[in-house]
Formats: sequence, C-alpha cells, structure tokens
Amino acid sequence: MNTSVNLAGVVLKNPVMTASGTFGSGAEYGEYVDLNRLGAVVTKGVANVPWEGNPTPRVAEVTGGMLNAIGLQNPGIDVFCRRDIPYLRQFDTKIIVNVCGKTENDYLEVVERLADEPVDLLEINISCPNVKEGGIAFGQDPKAVEHITAQIKKKARQPVIMKLSPNVTDIAEMARAAEAGGADILSLINTLTGMKIDIHRRSFVLANKTGGMSGPAIKPIALRMVYQAAHAVQIPVIGMGGIVTAEDAIEFILAGAAAVSIGTANFMYPDATLRVIEGIEAYMRRYGVKDIGELVGAV
Amino acid sequence: MKSQIEATVLSQRQLATGIYDMWIEAGEEMTGARPGQFVTLYCEDGARILPRPISLCEIDGTRIRLVYRTAGAGTREFAQWQAGRQVRLMGPLGNGFPIREENALLIGGGIGIPPLLELAKRLPGQKTAVLGYRDRELFLREEFSLHAPVEIATEDGSAGVKGNVLDVIRQKSLEAQVIYACGPTPMLRAVKAYALEKKIRCYLSLEERMACGIGACLACVCRSTEVDEHTGVHNKRICKDGPVFEAREVEL
Repeated sequence: MNTSVNLAGVVLKNPVMTASGTFGSGAEYGEYVDLNRLGAVVTKGVANVPWEGNPTPRVAEVTGGMLNAIGLQNPGIDVFCRRDIPYLRQFDTKIIVNVCGKTENDYLEVVERLADEPVDLLEINISCPNVKEGGIAFGQDPKAVEHITAQIKKKARQPVIMKLSPNVTDIAEMARAAEAGGADILSLINTLTGMKIDIHRRSFVLANKTGGMSGPAIKPIALRMVYQAAHAVQIPVIGMGGIVTAEDAIEFILAGAAAVSIGTANFMYPDATLRVIEGIEAYMRRYGVKDIGELVGAV
Repeated sequence: MKSQIEATVLSQRQLATGIYDMWIEAGEEMTGARPGQFVTLYCEDGARILPRPISLCEIDGTRIRLVYRTAGAGTREFAQWQAGRQVRLMGPLGNGFPIREENALLIGGGIGIPPLLELAKRLPGQKTAVLGYRDRELFLREEFSLHAPVEIATEDGSAGVKGNVLDVIRQKSLEAQVIYACGPTPMLRAVKAYALEKKIRCYLSLEERMACGIGACLACVCRSTEVDEHTGVHNKRICKDGPVFEAREVEL
C-alpha cells in the first residue's frame, strides 16, 4: 500500500499535513503528536519582521466552527530561521513554510531569505482576511494573483504553493491565475470571512469585528471549491477546510485534492492528524486501494 | 507523549446562582498539577468544537475539582453532567502560582475565587484571603476559612465590606509580602497598581478566549511589558506562558 504523494517533486510519506496557523511551528503539538508520522508540517505564517497581531478577543466559537482574527502575529523570519526550522529538521517530515506580507517586497524578502534554508516547500498566504494590508488584497483579483505568483516564482528556490481565498466569486478563475503565474501547487481554502455579535453587550465578539471562519461547518463549501479548482488546473491541489476525520479527508481527495491539511480539528483532538492518517490507511485496506493516487479526483 | 484525557465525573452540585462544583477523576496526569493551572474541557455536543478552559479549584491525587460559572451553552452543558459521565479534557495546562513562604494576600473576585483555594491550602506561610462577591452568595468562603482568615467584600453590601476587594484591604490595612490575585481585569488592574504602590511582589492570573489551550494558535495573548522571548513581540500566551504572570511582566 502506497500512501506517498509527490507534490512538485517533493515526496511526502502520506498526504496529511497541518494547516497554517493551527499548529504553531510544531513544537507545542510535538508533545501530543509524533511529528515523524506527518506528511508535512505547515508552519504558522512568517513575515520579514515581527508582527504584533490583532487586539483580543481574537477567537469566537460559532455553531460547528470558529472565527479567528489573530492577525498573523509572528516573530519574524530571523527568529523563525534560528529556532523553528532547526526544531522541525529533527523530524522525518517535510517542512512547508507559510509566508505572509503586507507588500510585495515583504513576501519577496522572506522568500529570498528562505532560499538557502532546509525547507521543502513555500506556501504563500495571499488570503488572510484578518490584516488590513497585504494578505487577501493580493488574493481577490486574478491579475494580482498572477502577478504576485510570478514575482515570487522568480525568487523562490523551493516549489511554491499559492494559498487561495474562498472569499471570491469564481475560485476557478483564481486557480487558473495562480497557475498562469507559475504556481507549482495550490492550497485552499483559507477561512471564510465571518462575524459574531454579542446581543447582550450589543458589540462585536471579536476585537477585529470580522474573523475567518473555519471548522467542520465550512467543509461542504471547501469541498466544492477544491473540486472546482482541481478541475480548472493541471497542478496539484492541497485541500482543506473543516476536515476532522479520515472520511472528510477522503472526500477531498476524491474531489481532486492530491493532499489535505488538518486545521481547526487540531483544537478538537490534538492528535487529529494521526487519526486521519490511520483512517485513510484503513479505508485503503478496506477497498483494496494500492496507491493513494488512485483516489485523487476519482469522482 | 501527552494526550487528551478520558475522565469520569465523580460528582456535581450547584454552589450558588450560576456557580457549579464538579469533581472529576482525571488520571495520573493530575498528580503533579499545581494551583493556578487549568484544564480544557470538551463539550459532547459536536457543534461546540472548542474546549473550555477551567481553572483547578482543588487537586487531590488523580481527582480534580472544577468550580465554574455557566456563561454560555457550553458551560450550561457541563452543568448537566452527573456522576459517572465520561468526559474529555486536556491538562493540567499553564504554569500555576509559584509557592512562596511569605506573608501572603490571596485576592479573588467572583469566578476568580476558585483557583485560589488550592493555593490557600498549599501556601506554607501566614496568609489572608480577600474575596469579592456580587452579593451574599458567598460560595467557597467556608472552605477558605479552613486555611486562612477570610475578609469579604460585596458589591451590594449584603455581606462584609460594601465595595471591592481593595476597599477591604485599605480599610483593614492588610499587609503582605506577596499578593496572589485572580478575577476580572479591572480588579487585577487595581491590585497591580496597589502592589506597585506598596512595593509588594504580585502574581496575577489572567483569562482570555482560547482555542488550542497549548500555545500554538496565539488566540489568548496578553500585552507584555518587554518583547517576549517566544513570540518575538509584546505578547505573551496566557495558556502557555501564564495564566499566572508576575504583575510587572504584563500590561492590563
């Protein structure tokens, strides 16, 4: 039984990775999960300089999901390279660094800085709904998506994943724009912009007013978008959005995802990634699937 | 490797309006738990995906006591649980209060009172508990009085001194070498100012909305005076670096 997947020449032992922002840089969850078992660890977004993030409250629960407006707090690329990459390198897993920025130059600076670092893939976050500049501003216009992708591809030493926003009218158009810009891989969906109001205080629950919705409630939307994106491009797609169980993950793979990310489910079960890996293997045994590639896009 | 804990409810009763008292058998992990640490407790209703952080009120070997307020649908679900129920939790989490052998003031406001009970039991030196309540529903007061003299403040004046915990402290000229406090942010702000004024060492237990509970998601941060070594910015993680902070470390 072969569970390994090849993403732009990088071979992951299985198709299960973490979703950026839900797993820190691995150290905290490393107490609960043997990181050697993961296909890859996708780090919390890192910028060229430290970011303070948004005021609190930064999270709120909603039915079947949650809203977050962390605001991409991160210690900056220097600390990241000095501390987080060496930590992750101890494990037999692939390292995918999520890159964020406020301007095109911010992104390029991080990408260039990572050129000589032992990381396997870069994931470019052009889809964070919680920061005023950058982030989603690059991800909602196909011309901007194609442009920033092309600029990053000129500088990047590692294969590039463009992470797409679901807060668009036509996800297929965005997927094609990223592919046209030279993206090696796509990942989607980032969170859906949402809101929660405290009717007793008559105020917004999140200090940021809006936040990105994630969790099991968004899964049908994410699945539809992954299906549309995967059918719009030739490059591999990493599917995510509300995956909690192996059954959820298999749906995404059948819809066309070459790999999957586990995000909010880590907060529900700290070993959610391992449960999904074991469940996928059980499914493959049950149906006599010899290679996980047989399942990709098989609907 | 750590894991989520399958635990069993041993008992549950109501202590006061909206205040519940639950003992849980939570296994070997709890034997090293410290006062001021917390657990995160999961709902059974799958629509409520995030665990709720609840501080440890007492620790007795593998058994823990949670005294909590019903604040929403999740904690209302907890309040329905009866003895024998299987539940999921994580913990003990966070740092807890440092135990110092000095003359101590334990200052608790409202639902910030319970985490001080185990501390009151364990502090070896002279100690006084100053407890602030809304009204005459003085939950846990008698249990504190087994370990320390207790001073009471109530907002409506129905018991003890009318006013807040600092009114009691000033009125009774209570002295201390160390303060431990847990309660609403305005109270903590006032306690911090008092401690700085009197040059008393002071530890504050903070609270914020959490998601992961283990330091990964960066939801529950507080403003730190200095750049924090882990986060690289002026933020500390309440779940991981706290919930207890030396008062000068944090800005409230």
